[in-house]
Amino acid sequence: MATSTMPRGWRLAGRYTLLIALAIVVLFPIWVMLVGAFKPGNKVLQNPLLPTHVTLDTLREAWRDGNLGRALVNSTIVALIVTVAQVVTAVLSAYAFAFLRFPGRTFVFGVFLATLLVPFEATVVVNRSTVQDLGWLNSYQGLAVPFLATAFGTFLVRQVFLTLPKDLREAARMDGLGHLGFLREVAVPLARPTLGALALFGFLSTWNQYLWPTTISTDDDWNTVQSGLRALAQAQIDKPNLVIAGTVIVALPIFVILLVFQRQLVRGLTAGAVKG
Amino acid sequence: MSYCAAVAAVRLSSLTKVFDGVAAVDDVSLDIADHDFMILLGPSGCGKSTLLRMIAGLEDPTSGDVAIGDVRVNDIEPKQRDVAMVFQSYALYPHKTVQANIEFPLKVRGVSKTERAEQARQAAATLGLTEYLDRKPGQLSGGQRQRVALARAIVRRPAVFCMDEPLSNLDAKLRGETRAELVALHARLASTFVYVTHDQVEAMTMGTHVAVMSRGRLEQVGTPQEVYARPASVFVAQFIGTPPMNVLPVGVVIDRPVLVGIRPEHLELDPTSQVRTTVTLVEHLGHETLVHARVGETPVVVRLDAIEDAPSVGDDVGLSFPERHLHLFDPATSRRVDA
Repeated sequence: MATSTMPRGWRLAGRYTLLIALAIVVLFPIWVMLVGAFKPGNKVLQNPLLPTHVTLDTLREAWRDGNLGRALVNSTIVALIVTVAQVVTAVLSAYAFAFLRFPGRTFVFGVFLATLLVPFEATVVVNRSTVQDLGWLNSYQGLAVPFLATAFGTFLVRQVFLTLPKDLREAARMDGLGHLGFLREVAVPLARPTLGALALFGFLSTWNQYLWPTTISTDDDWNTVQSGLRALAQAQIDKPNLVIAGTVIVALPIFVILLVFQRQLVRGLTAGAVKG
Repeated sequence: MSYCAAVAAVRLSSLTKVFDGVAAVDDVSLDIADHDFMILLGPSGCGKSTLLRMIAGLEDPTSGDVAIGDVRVNDIEPKQRDVAMVFQSYALYPHKTVQANIEFPLKVRGVSKTERAEQARQAAATLGLTEYLDRKPGQLSGGQRQRVALARAIVRRPAVFCMDEPLSNLDAKLRGETRAELVALHARLASTFVYVTHDQVEAMTMGTHVAVMSRGRLEQVGTPQEVYARPASVFVAQFIGTPPMNVLPVGVVIDRPVLVGIRPEHLELDPTSQVRTTVTLVEHLGHETLVHARVGETPVVVRLDAIEDAPSVGDDVGLSFPERHLHLFDPATSRRVDA
């Protein structure tokens, strides 16, 4: 406990001043983006912080010129595939590393973790040529397959599984559950907060991918939201606020998801362990 | 398919379990009769839990056989052995309600929803859990969780109950109450109980038979009274009884090459005795008084019923060893020798 002699009211005021200042730092770019998105192109540089001449035309134009409807659909499909696959592969591999005994388990897990040290940029060229050889350029499988499993997810879920008491596994065995039964009935329900957080991360990171979709989509129909924005920026280089409006459009779903699941996200990251 | 033993006798034949070159259980043979309440008693690390886990099927024996009824079960999965287990930590499913926890073994076995609800309700009623059926384990006290673990075990009506120190996480009062409940439960059910503990009070009060273990081996099997009255080895003599039996070296009490054991309550203060000693500590416990002294290098304890006769620290007292209460042990093997 702080033993400050300052009156409580002043301390609160100080704390809130700091919080408000930090909030402004975070919210300022979002505000500028929103103001820009709702202005016509020729007014965007006048009073850039004030919402004058409010219009939806810029958003409409961005939607049409960037083919953002199609990009949103593509991104949603790819992000859903990747999210589901990442959770499933993480759960299965984490279970093996946490509960099964097999020769070389520690070594294999070490190799898994080592892949975390390799940045995606280092592998993008090889992955691109592999995907091209498979004939998967401009396809959902090309966009999704390289991300179906992550060492991070395996590691995260394994840590949660390791907190489950050994007695619980054995009680389940006595009750008649095999490995998949235990996974379904006990391990996964108890790891749910973490799996929720993992799913959210998987979805967000796929949604926000830029390098990979731009690398393998040569056809505008296979743009995801980020590569769609890039295409919009290149095509409409004289209308900077079209990109701003496009950014608002592609950020909106993420915004909604975060609002709905923020509790889950925080709980999954902070809890992890299971209460007995 | 579930194997169900008509007779739930358990037979262990030359059972051995080796972990990393160390024998946790070493050539143990033990017959547990149908409807017996067998206590596996011993200090930490003596192999009693490993033995229990081999009966339950959670450990595979390195060698030897486990049979339930007349069937060798070495290669039968735990779920098919008709054995239920109560764990020291209770091992309840924290995300399921009490009702779902109790029902779970039935659900896995494909019992219909209405039937398992009914059986769970009965098991809960037996253990006084009816009002907690909708709660999660986290909302229950230690004693209540313990009873849920028991209910989850009895709902299956197993032939054999394995319990691994199920009372050790309870406070003293609750432990006493639960001991009595378990004895009553054993009387009501037609099952065989195999119960692991390091607590001799549990062993003496609950078991119909006690198997005392040390370093992976069986020291003695018998009724609690037999084990107390005629310990088969120095280890058993000193492990059972509080305070433990005094064991004096060769030549102090009688003129034979044997170790002499005598329980503190049988040792008498006798002013005329030739065995003289000096009192080092006197403990007044209310209903009894413990007088500590030394005979040569060996500490001894005398238990007196009353406070009045107790000597004081530093007093010189004589000790007499009534012959009918002496236990004689071979100094080489530490095994009992009959007089």
